Amino acid sequence: MTEKLLHEHTEQTQAKVVVVTSGKGGVGKTTTSAAFASALAVRGYKTVVIDFDVGLRNLDLIMGCERRVVYDLLNVIHGEGSLNQALIKDKRVGNLYILPASQTRDNDALSIEGVGEVIAALRKNFEYIICDSPAGIEKGAMTAMYFADEALVVTNPEISSVRDSDRIIGMLASKTRRAEQNLPPVKEHLIITRYDPLRVTKGDMLSAGDVNEILAIPFLGVVPESKSVLAASNSGIPVTLADEGDAHEAYFDIVDRFLGEDKPFRFMDVPRKGIFSRLFGGR
Amino acid sequence: MSFFDLFRFKRKSSASIAKERLQIIVSHERRRPSTPDFLPQLQQDILGVVRKYIPINENQIKLSVDRKGDSEVLELNISLSSDS
Repeated sequence: MTEKLLHEHTEQTQAKVVVVTSGKGGVGKTTTSAAFASALAVRGYKTVVIDFDVGLRNLDLIMGCERRVVYDLLNVIHGEGSLNQALIKDKRVGNLYILPASQTRDNDALSIEGVGEVIAALRKNFEYIICDSPAGIEKGAMTAMYFADEALVVTNPEISSVRDSDRIIGMLASKTRRAEQNLPPVKEHLIITRYDPLRVTKGDMLSAGDVNEILAIPFLGVVPESKSVLAASNSGIPVTLADEGDAHEAYFDIVDRFLGEDKPFRFMDVPRKGIFSRLFGGR
Repeated sequence: MSFFDLFRFKRKSSASIAKERLQIIVSHERRRPSTPDFLPQLQQDILGVVRKYIPINENQIKLSVDRKGDSEVLELNISLSSDS
């Protein structure tokens, strides 16, 4: 009873806004947004995923709903369509909705006030609001992170990506609503994508430990480099809704850890070889 | 590590070079936002005070913040040489 009362008094609802961000482009933000949102919906949470990349929308393609887009985020902000008209319900999982970005304008058309109203409305109906940020540190990226309660920082084990992530972590701590209103800070999580344990063993790639040591935010896990990611995007199926595979399992582990489950880390080491190949360093 | 790795010429891996470079650049960039933005104003104020007693121009006064170990050092340099 007291617990129920407590919930009613924290925020309006328990909805959580999660931004998926990275600074650098091409590291897997949209793949992660789609996979993460779908897995949350599979786990039973009512989830919406919003594309903030105005002018270069792609989430609709990755989610496989590009032909169902009629109204978009900017139409809603400008009152040209209602939120319900713009939300696309996923045909595979109940609980999952997509709010596409506009393709005909650019990121400057996003206003913090307008986005704030949309997010406030979504908070009443959803448990998780996933914001797929565009690359860069321009208006689109800043708007995507502004209302975040938590952040998934997506990084590749590669120097420019790690450096950009560090910049973004600094902005999460200073340029968000939580920072400006002196609320508890945005809760950050690190996801390392395109991880190749074999190259790490050979010393050709930064290890998850190295990246963790430099960025120093809580670690949700690695997603191994996997052919199934391209295959899934080719067919418009989020990795977590596609057939099993390393990346599929890695994303479910990540979602379960995000939800508080204590799962051992996987996909960090090269699969064990037999005694023969170990003796002779088989490659 | 395999048996033959023991005999391989030990060279610094590119990953460890990457890590070192990142540690340096990231710690440098994290420090930057803490550089006070009142420096130009402080410089103008000091210039005003010094000018009450000695005629100098803006180029003769230099102000900077440096980090030495754990402490920050505010360095003020006023050169009184002839005109520059």
